[in-house]
Amino acid sequence: MSEAILKVDGLKTSFFTDDGEVPAVDGINFSVNEGEILGIVGESGCGKSVTSLSIMGLLPSPPGKIVGGHIYYKGEDISHAKESRMRKLRGNDIAMIFQEPMTSLNPVFTIGDQLIEAIRLHNHLSKQALTDRAVELLKLVGLPRAKELLNEYPHELSGGMRQRVMIAMAMSCNPKVLIADEPTTALDVTIQAQILDLMVKLNKETNTAIIMITHDLGVVAQMCNRVVVMYAGKVVEEGDVKDIFNHPKHPYTEGLIQSIPDLYGKKDKLYTIKGSVPKPGSIRQGCLFAPRCEFVMDKCKENTPELLGDSHKSRCFLHQEQA
Amino acid sequence: MSEPLLQVENLKKYYPIKSGGFGKVSETVRAVDGVSFSVQEGETLGIVGESGCGKSTTGRMIMRLIEPTEGKIVFNGKNLMDLSKGEMRKARKDIQMIFQDPFASLNPRHTVGHIIEEPMIVHKMGDRKQRQKRVEELLELVGLSAYHAGRYPHQFSGGQRQRIGIARALAVRPKVIIADEPVSALDVSVQSQVLNLLKDLQKQFNLTYIFIAHDLSVVRHISDRVGVMYLGKIVELSESENLYNHPNHPYTKALLSAVPVPDPEVKTQRIILQGDVPSPAHPPAGCTFHDRCPVAMDICSKERPHLKKLDDGRMVSCHLFH
Ligand SMILES: Nc1ncnc2c1ncn2[C@@H]1O[C@H](COP(=O)(O)OP(=O)(O)OP(=O)(O)O)[C@@H](O)[C@H]1O
Ligand SMILES: Nc1ncnc2c1ncn2[C@@H]1O[C@H](COP(=O)(O)OP(=O)(O)O)[C@@H](O)[C@H]1O
Ligand code: SF4
Ligand code: SF4
Ligand SMILES: [Mg+2]
Ligand SMILES: [Mg+2]
Repeated sequence: MSEAILKVDGLKTSFFTDDGEVPAVDGINFSVNEGEILGIVGESGCGKSVTSLSIMGLLPSPPGKIVGGHIYYKGEDISHAKESRMRKLRGNDIAMIFQEPMTSLNPVFTIGDQLIEAIRLHNHLSKQALTDRAVELLKLVGLPRAKELLNEYPHELSGGMRQRVMIAMAMSCNPKVLIADEPTTALDVTIQAQILDLMVKLNKETNTAIIMITHDLGVVAQMCNRVVVMYAGKVVEEGDVKDIFNHPKHPYTEGLIQSIPDLYGKKDKLYTIKGSVPKPGSIRQGCLFAPRCEFVMDKCKENTPELLGDSHKSRCFLHQEQA
Repeated sequence: MSEPLLQVENLKKYYPIKSGGFGKVSETVRAVDGVSFSVQEGETLGIVGESGCGKSTTGRMIMRLIEPTEGKIVFNGKNLMDLSKGEMRKARKDIQMIFQDPFASLNPRHTVGHIIEEPMIVHKMGDRKQRQKRVEELLELVGLSAYHAGRYPHQFSGGQRQRIGIARALAVRPKVIIADEPVSALDVSVQSQVLNLLKDLQKQFNLTYIFIAHDLSVVRHISDRVGVMYLGKIVELSESENLYNHPNHPYTKALLSAVPVPDPEVKTQRIILQGDVPSPAHPPAGCTFHDRCPVAMDICSKERPHLKKLDDGRMVSCHLFH
């Protein structure tokens, strides 16, 4: 088995708001191996983006703060690293792409200005070499007219093209880990297919590990090797993609899979999970899924299950021998 | 087959836009460019397509919330285009709409009871007491409780707000409901609750739905027939089972193949389309899909195909089938 390059160990991130502490991420563990594609899946508000911002050192602070746990990159704890160290890591080792590419590109600079600046930060190259590298990167992400694009502004590009530019910028430093937070959620399905294809291709060619954050189980099934399922700030299940889809252990994972309408067959009635996701911190005792779980037992309301198991872990008493 | 409850014919919406600076020639955005379909009573017609293809514009034109540039909308044998503003307002009692963003579509300063009662006031239905009783019934009907009437929209989750939107649409006992991306803003676990509710209500009241969405699996689940739109036109329309299992139009094929299937054992053969959807201000000549179509022929850039009925009843707009 390959080496873990990034390891998140008991991470807790909270927001300190007027209403008190919001435990958005509440003690999560997972690791990413070199060259793999790890999916993090969960419904809105479960803490996916807060997790990625915590890793990148990009939490809005205040109000956000890492209040517990560690984040190891190649063995180094970066959870409280200085901004100067993080800036270096963000350029050279860990890169991120966001959901809405428009907000992460500066509208007043050309694509070329921004891409060349990103390359220049981490490479000492001549002006001509920088331009050549920029063109090369735009071609790498499958953009036509690469030379002309350098002189165009973000608003002149479509959403899919902008996301390709973002990927080009992220790849400009040959990162070891690429965190993609809902990179295709704002895109149409045919454009999504182009972008996902591109990401898989880059992963194969460059061996960059990808953390694919999404609410779409389809994207996970088609792209990822391993999956982490989050619910209300916690990891509830983790395992190989086939195990997760074929033998889900946690009732939440199973419910999610069952709730999706089928593209090819026709289910008469869809499976539903009753109720909705709880606000962070609103359930103080027992299993966070208990109010919605159809298998709930007495002990689920009193005791909090741990994330247990070897390669396929789940946080549910159904699969745990215990008193 | 019986008369359709609703029929639209050659519906068009053109927007003139000024391009560039002073003195520049104005252009035309063909948001919807000749859409025709019919819907039977109690049936669900799904409309799918990518962003900007004209789904919402089509839906809103049926209610004349957007005034069509051209075309006919025949409801119950009457052409809605012939109605005056006042008559049209009355006709809207029979055709109601549900929107995507349940938050934006509910007035935050009104109680839920008031929000659901409002369409009944507009259409002068019942007295105060009767209306309030109906509000309570409607709340129960959509899976909420009578006591919710006194609360405000922000006190509800996204899925609950969508239920409120559905209750409001049902208040005036419409025959047709046009649902524009009604579950797109919801999480999967809540989306399935709302989809089941819509199906139950349809059975109970023999409702006719026009269901607009970009999520192909959702549309498949809810629809009897499905129309696929590309650049303001319907390119394929058929019974949903048929359309999904045996797509004919090259665009439908690509669209379906692009959907990531939530099963790691199923590796779909994706047809990756090159480039983006062209601007509706400059649709390509001939078949508007020809610049991206993997099987385009010479004729495709010259002649425009038309939606044609095949022997098995499917409608396709493509030279391959002419
Ligand atoms: N008032 C307007 N003026 C000019 N163009 C418009 C106007 N309203 C809509 N359009 C254009 O018409 C086309 C169709 O828009 P419409 O909102 O119907 O798309 P849609 O299929 O509902 O897309 P989405 O999936 O993003 O909701 C788009 O290209 C849009 O930019
Ligand atoms: N700046 C903030 N201030 C307060 N709470 C926040 C902030 N950002 C996120 N949260 C809360 O943290 C939780 C997790 O959010 P997020 O990670 O964005 O979810 P998602 O899984 O959808 O990406 C949510 O309950 C959200 O409301
Ligand atoms: S621990 Fe209990 S309540 Fe929680 S998911 Fe398992 S069975 Fe359900
Ligand atoms: S008419 Fe030609 S270009 Fe258009 S979809 Fe058919 S084959 Fe493709
Ligand atoms: Mg997020
Ligand atoms: Mg729309």
